[in-house]
Formats: sequence, C-alpha cells, structure tokens
Amino acid sequence: MNVWADLIAAVRDVFPIAATILLFQVGVIRRPLPHPGRLLRGLLLVVAGMMLFLKGLELALFPLGEMMAAQLTGPRFIPEGARPGDYRWVYLFAFSLGFATTLAEPALIAVALKAREISGGAIHDWGLRLAVSLGVALGITLGTYRIVTGASLVVFIVGGYVLVVLQTALAPRMIVGLAYDSGGVTTSTVTVPLVTALGLGLARSVPGRDVLVDGFGLIAFASLFPIMTVLGYAQLAETLARLRGK
Amino acid sequence: MVVFQGEEFAIGNAFLRQLIASGLDLAPVLAVIVVFQLGVVRQPLPDLLDLLAGVGLTVLGLTFFVLGLEQALFPLGESMAYAFARKGSLTWLLLFAFCLGFATTVAEPALIAVADQAAVVAADGGMVAADPRAQARYALGLRLTVALAVGVALVIGVLRIVRGWPLHRLMILGYLAVMAVTWFAPVEIIGIAYDSGGVTTSTITVPLVTALGVGLAHSIRGRNPLVDGFGLIAFASLTPMVFVMIYGMLMR
Repeated sequence: MNVWADLIAAVRDVFPIAATILLFQVGVIRRPLPHPGRLLRGLLLVVAGMMLFLKGLELALFPLGEMMAAQLTGPRFIPEGARPGDYRWVYLFAFSLGFATTLAEPALIAVALKAREISGGAIHDWGLRLAVSLGVALGITLGTYRIVTGASLVVFIVGGYVLVVLQTALAPRMIVGLAYDSGGVTTSTVTVPLVTALGLGLARSVPGRDVLVDGFGLIAFASLFPIMTVLGYAQLAETLARLRGK
Repeated sequence: MVVFQGEEFAIGNAFLRQLIASGLDLAPVLAVIVVFQLGVVRQPLPDLLDLLAGVGLTVLGLTFFVLGLEQALFPLGESMAYAFARKGSLTWLLLFAFCLGFATTVAEPALIAVADQAAVVAADGGMVAADPRAQARYALGLRLTVALAVGVALVIGVLRIVRGWPLHRLMILGYLAVMAVTWFAPVEIIGIAYDSGGVTTSTITVPLVTALGVGLAHSIRGRNPLVDGFGLIAFASLTPMVFVMIYGMLMR
C-alpha cells in the first residue's frame, strides 16, 4: 500500500535527527528529556507533516511549475524557429516568481531583523530584503535564459564565483558572512520544488535541450546571485554613508 | 472541536498561527501563477480540483511539520547547540556538529522532493535503470551524499569559528574545489550537483545550524556574531556541490 510506504519513508527520514538529539541529550549532556510526551507528539506531527507536504508537492507544486513552463513555451507564445529573445514571458515569469517568493520569505525576514539588530542599524532590514529578492529574481531569470540558449552552466557559475571573490575583496568585512549565508537561506522548502519543476519543464519544452544536462541549475543561480547583490548593497550603503559624513 | 483551557488551547492557537504562516508562505507563489494564468496565458487552470487539493495538502503538511519541529526538536536542539558551544570538549562539539548537519539534511523535505525528481530525470536520460528500485536507490544515494557533505561542512565551519580562520578564505578554497572537481565530473551530474547546495539549507537545517553558529560566536571571546556566527550555512551550501559531483564520478 502506498500510504504505508510513505509512512515508513517519513519515519526513516525523521529518525536520524530524533536519534541525534536524544542521544546527545541523554548520553553526552546527561540531562533528562524535558516533556517526553510533548516530544513524542511533536515527532508524530513532523512525520505526518512530511507525508502530507510531499504528497501536496506531487499533486500541486511540481505540476504547476512544469505546466507554466509548458504553457509559456507553447505555440501561442513561441513561434516556430524562435530566438532566445522571444522567450520574454518565461523570463518575466521567472523574475516575478523569484522576487515575490523571496520578499515574502519568513526565514529571510528573520535573518534581516537579526542582522539589523547585530549590526546596530548599519544594515537596514528592508534594504537587505530587497537586495536578496532582486538577487534571486535576476538569478532565476538568467538561469532560464541559460536553459533557453543551452549555454554552459559551468561558465555562468564559475564566472559568478570570480565576481563574488572580487566583490568580497572590496566589501566591508562585517557583511561577508551574512552575504554568503543569504544565498542559502532564501531558497525555501516551497520555492525549491516549484523552481526545479520550472527548469525541468523548460528544458523539456525548448527544442534541442537535454533535460539531464540543461534542466537543473536554476537553484544554483538563485543561491549565487543574492551574494552579489547583498555585497553590492553593502558597498553602496557604505559609500553613501561616507558621502553623507563629509 | 472546542478547546477551552491550558495547553490544549495554546496548541490550538499555535496551529492556527502556523496554518496562516504556511498559507502566507505559499501565497506569493500562487499569486504569481494566478496572475500569469489569467493575465498572460488567459486560460483556466486545468485539473483545478487536483491542484487545489495539492495546495491544501502542502499548506497542511508544512503546518504540521513546522509545529512538530517547534514542539519537539527546535527548543531541545537549540539549547543543545548553545550548551555544546559554551563548554565541553572540542571532540564532542565536532561530533555533534557532524550529526546535526547529517541528520537535519536527511529530514529536509525539499531535498527529498528534488532527489526524487533527479532520479526520474536520470532514468529518462538512461543514467540509471528505469525501474523504481534503481531510482529510489539513486535518490537515496544522492541525499546521503548531500547529508555527508553538510556534516563535513559543519565540522570545518565549527573549527573555523573556534580557531578564528577568516570565512572568505575558506569560501574561496571551497570555490576552487568546486571548479577543480567540475573539471572531472560527468556533465550529467553537474546541474543537480550545483543545485544541491541551495536545496539543502531549508526548514530544519537553517534554524538549528544558525543557533550553533551564533551560540559559538557568542561564547568565544573576541568573536563577533555578525562576522563569525553567520557563514556556517554558506559553507554547507558549498560542500554538497563537490560531494555530489564525486558521487556522479563514482556512479559512472
């Protein structure tokens, strides 16, 4: 039965983290478990939540991502023998998706507030959120362009690394850790499957693309570009502050 | 069900709050899709009932998942991360960091979903056999590889905070490793390898790992939480790329 297999898989996936916390708490820190009943109830919720969430992804988010890719590359939008520039609705969709999801991302809001607090107000939480959202939006857009053209993923990502390293040398040291982290934080549990499906759907729809080689990579773009925009934002904020101080 | 008092009431409240939060999490995605569907594609959504059911399950599942984490794992995990960061031997701290990274990654739902997709695509492309067992094995191998990579990343990242190595040097070393391994990796694995870095760090990993980093930076004299506390996640998004490419090379 399918549900049983899903249940066993979910229990198996949650087991390591439960075991880690229990073993270290009881065996190493040597403190009794607080509220064992609540702990068990919480673990059951985690298992149930994981099953429902994965089922929901399969029913809704994956089909939605692939469907949007298929529709926006369909004959109504893309004529025979189209050039990469003709896929502008795909790019606009990718940009909107990246920007909207990141701006509303709770993990990013939390990190931005924390950053403002720790930096004593030097980093503005809205400035940071806008910088990260713009980075993700630009990243996914360029990522879809790469899939459409079939250009090499390695060239884009390695080029991005070189830029990040150059920016790191110039940026205020305080922001570097935060900027690097912002890449990983932004790609949430909901966004990742949808964006992945968009990339795979796009690679299936654009003529001449190989899904295996071209379909992945959007998440890599979405993780790399916020680093650049956050470092750029820090650079800009510092320059403005210096000008104002004069 | 009507709940009136005490803990039950608090849980009912937390459930509603989290349900709304999960809905808001999904709202921008749905808003963009609906705007494009009605404004650009100008067609009704096909299979609307299935989609609605799926969205409902996603929101409900995310709600249960986060509620459970907040009840069971986060308070304990965070207090343990602080406890290990504050005192105790370096060996135990490193072992804890490894287990934390490995175990949270195994339980990361986004990675489960993407690994399954990768297995389907790999089977379509003839990289693994087309039967479900081979695909499941490939997906699990992928996830364990990423989990191992995150565990190793946390060990190195914690050592960095303890020893005070500058983050950017570690990151540049990581970038160089990615470039070097890319040179040898089969082209079919590179896309999923580069994506795996961003996929791993989500719902479970980020709060627990951030607690470990910030706790460590607070407890060691002369460390600034902003400079040293962040950065664990960054390194944990880098090592999976290298490890997955090596996995791809071994698969071949």
